[in-house]
Amino acid sequence: MTTQLMKGNDAVIIGALAAGCRVYFGYPITPASEIAHAAARHFPALGGVFVQAESEVAAINMVYGTAGMGVRCMTASSSPGFSLKQEGLSYCAGAELPCVVIDVNRGGPGLGNIAPEQSDYFQVTKGGGHGSYRLITLAPNSAQEMCDLTFLAFDLADQYRTPACLLADGVIGQMMEAVDVPKARPVPFDHSDWAVRGTPETRHLITSIYLEADALEAHNLKLAQKYQRITENEVRFEEYCTEDADLIVVAYGVVSRLASSAIDLARQQGLKVGLLRPITLWPFPSQKIAQLAETTKVFLSLELNSMGQMVEDVRLAVNGKKPVYFVGHCGGKNFGCQEIVDLMKKYL
Amino acid sequence: MKIYEKPAAFYDEFSRKGGNVKTTHYCPGCGHGNIHKLIAEALDDMHLTEKTIFVSPVGCSVFGYYYFNTGHFQASHGRAPAVATGIKRANPGSIVISYQGDGDLAAIGTAETLHAANRGENITVIFVNNAIYGMTGGQMAPTTLLGQVTKTTPLGRQEDLHGNPVRMAEIIATLPTAHYVERVMIGDAKDIAQARKAIRKGLQNQIDGKGYSFIEILSPCPTNWGMTPVDAKKWLKEKMTQIFPVGLLKDTTEGQEGKWYRQFADFVPEKTDAYLEQLVDVGHLASLDGVSAPDGLQCKFAGFGGQGILTLGLMFAQLAMRAGSKVSWIPSYGPEMRGGTANCSVNIAQKRIGSPLAETPNLLVVMNQPSLEAFEASMQPGGLLIYDSSIVEKAPQRKDIRVVGLKASDMATELGNSKVANVILLGAIIAALDLYPIEFVKESLKGIIKKKALIDINLEALIKGYEMAARR
Repeated sequence: MTTQLMKGNDAVIIGALAAGCRVYFGYPITPASEIAHAAARHFPALGGVFVQAESEVAAINMVYGTAGMGVRCMTASSSPGFSLKQEGLSYCAGAELPCVVIDVNRGGPGLGNIAPEQSDYFQVTKGGGHGSYRLITLAPNSAQEMCDLTFLAFDLADQYRTPACLLADGVIGQMMEAVDVPKARPVPFDHSDWAVRGTPETRHLITSIYLEADALEAHNLKLAQKYQRITENEVRFEEYCTEDADLIVVAYGVVSRLASSAIDLARQQGLKVGLLRPITLWPFPSQKIAQLAETTKVFLSLELNSMGQMVEDVRLAVNGKKPVYFVGHCGGKNFGCQEIVDLMKKYL
Repeated sequence: MKIYEKPAAFYDEFSRKGGNVKTTHYCPGCGHGNIHKLIAEALDDMHLTEKTIFVSPVGCSVFGYYYFNTGHFQASHGRAPAVATGIKRANPGSIVISYQGDGDLAAIGTAETLHAANRGENITVIFVNNAIYGMTGGQMAPTTLLGQVTKTTPLGRQEDLHGNPVRMAEIIATLPTAHYVERVMIGDAKDIAQARKAIRKGLQNQIDGKGYSFIEILSPCPTNWGMTPVDAKKWLKEKMTQIFPVGLLKDTTEGQEGKWYRQFADFVPEKTDAYLEQLVDVGHLASLDGVSAPDGLQCKFAGFGGQGILTLGLMFAQLAMRAGSKVSWIPSYGPEMRGGTANCSVNIAQKRIGSPLAETPNLLVVMNQPSLEAFEASMQPGGLLIYDSSIVEKAPQRKDIRVVGLKASDMATELGNSKVANVILLGAIIAALDLYPIEFVKESLKGIIKKKALIDINLEALIKGYEMAARR
């Protein structure tokens, strides 16, 4: 195993390489550009493709083209750019194309700023484009996870024939940590029954158009069943000190790191507090939260946005059994560990 | 006779269409039928059907997949050239046809059209220009003629309200990487023969790797023009060609080497592993004898941009990683960057790093006055503050912390390279914290410093700072 100190954004491309992806289409945007820089350096060096597209819209449609051949490919962006990709993602979901999209969340709405936020939760996890669909959404909280969850995202995308997204924040993207570089592994999926490859046997049709009502309903129900399978099988989360906790913080990304330090501080002061960190934001760990609602007294959703986004899913999962509070920062402001301890005291 | 045969590149029956599987969905007198046939015959004759991938975006062209016995991508409105790029780059051996109407290509997809041409994508674009939106029922297209009545120009297209018809072939032809650009029309037999030739040339260019081919085809739309098929052809030949003259606009493919065939290599895990291996520079960890992994360090490094303060933080983190600790390094970015301090947080722990920020550092290293003022108060009691007293004029005020000031910048200038002040400070940190044997730091720096010519001066600086701090 080789270890390298690297930025989370660079780690994404290391994970992608190991997963067998060598096709990248993207458009520059802070704070996600290092992902494109790394792809431009490494993909062509291995005989792969890097194209700087004319727009985010073009980039996701280039992804659509490569993904329709069953070839692993990706794009990355930050919030305003991700908004632009939504149409293309809807097409990818509708045509059931496996691909990986990274969103390094920055401040919004509009041009906002380039500082870290978690305000894209809705637009990523709820199927932000038109039509009924979901994106598998993974939320890394370290450079190692930027690498490992990118690798996993490719496998999940291929397994379920659907786009998978990494939703990171600016801190996780810009932070350097030691990353164990994974071994490359052959792609264990065969898409020859649907992928179009310019061969006599693969003259299939990649499409999301179903003109007849019956056909489109059937297609949507098939997608819904797939999303149900994903919900049943792919929930991932991490628990920290939840066993005896009276208050459970729900947080992802950088906030989960801050919260874990705050929990260490609070536990020293005798506060029974814990952390549930969703690793998959969709599918959301609703069952786990419902289970914790039986034992804990109160939930606190800490997010980097102004009105609370994930908190809605926490409330749905808790289903009124216990109080659920939300506290947020945005615009690049972040929680302090002592502040989190104070919040815990306030809501306990 | 051959002309009465249905080309084999068409399906026998159009079963994807549902109902009337023998006929197309096109209106009587529509040019799409002719153009489809010209393409299908070319695919037959050139033996391309089996390797062709046909991209159909939104508009009347959306149903290409009803008819051609090829691979198919349905694309979103205007994005066919982007989709075609994605296909061709990862599958250069396929034949990719981007078949687009005027709204698709010249309005909503102008950017994709222009930039695919500008990259010299090795694809064939068939641009069906009928001066109107057909599928949506007869609205103004970017190519609608002045005076032409449409659903959205009920008084006729007017220059001062709607602008002029867009001549895409002329625009595309200005790009050096648009290698073959021709405008043809579905007029009389002679015109159609020219269209046949152009389509074949566009496909041959792709086979030969000669790059981007753009074939604009003027095509009648009797239904939305409100004309009989006969009148429509007449209008096309008499009126449309005045604005859109047919003919060859550009051809730089003759004698060209075919360098626009771009290779795409298969994924070989072993090659990828070897590549990743050479990327990683921690191949030669210094001997760990006598080195223990540091724990519980929360550090802030702050100074002016350009002093190497972020690099100092990074070197400190790399040393800890080599010594076996978990580390995190994060630069401040955003609002904090303004106002004279560039800073980074470094956290070092043996087990787990929670917060990667350094809100209450126990090691603060500052290289300018504003940084000292910004962060001194946040330090943990008993922490270590190291500062460059060449630059920081007002000494730290806190009495409950250890303070080490040394004239790092002056010492660096004496050494002959003002840029090594940060490494002098590194030496001082190592000594003041008694963190590692100095031999370990020296060996590690040899791997960390990328420019080999700078290793000696940096080692000299390291020792200087180390000895200076060790004497205190």
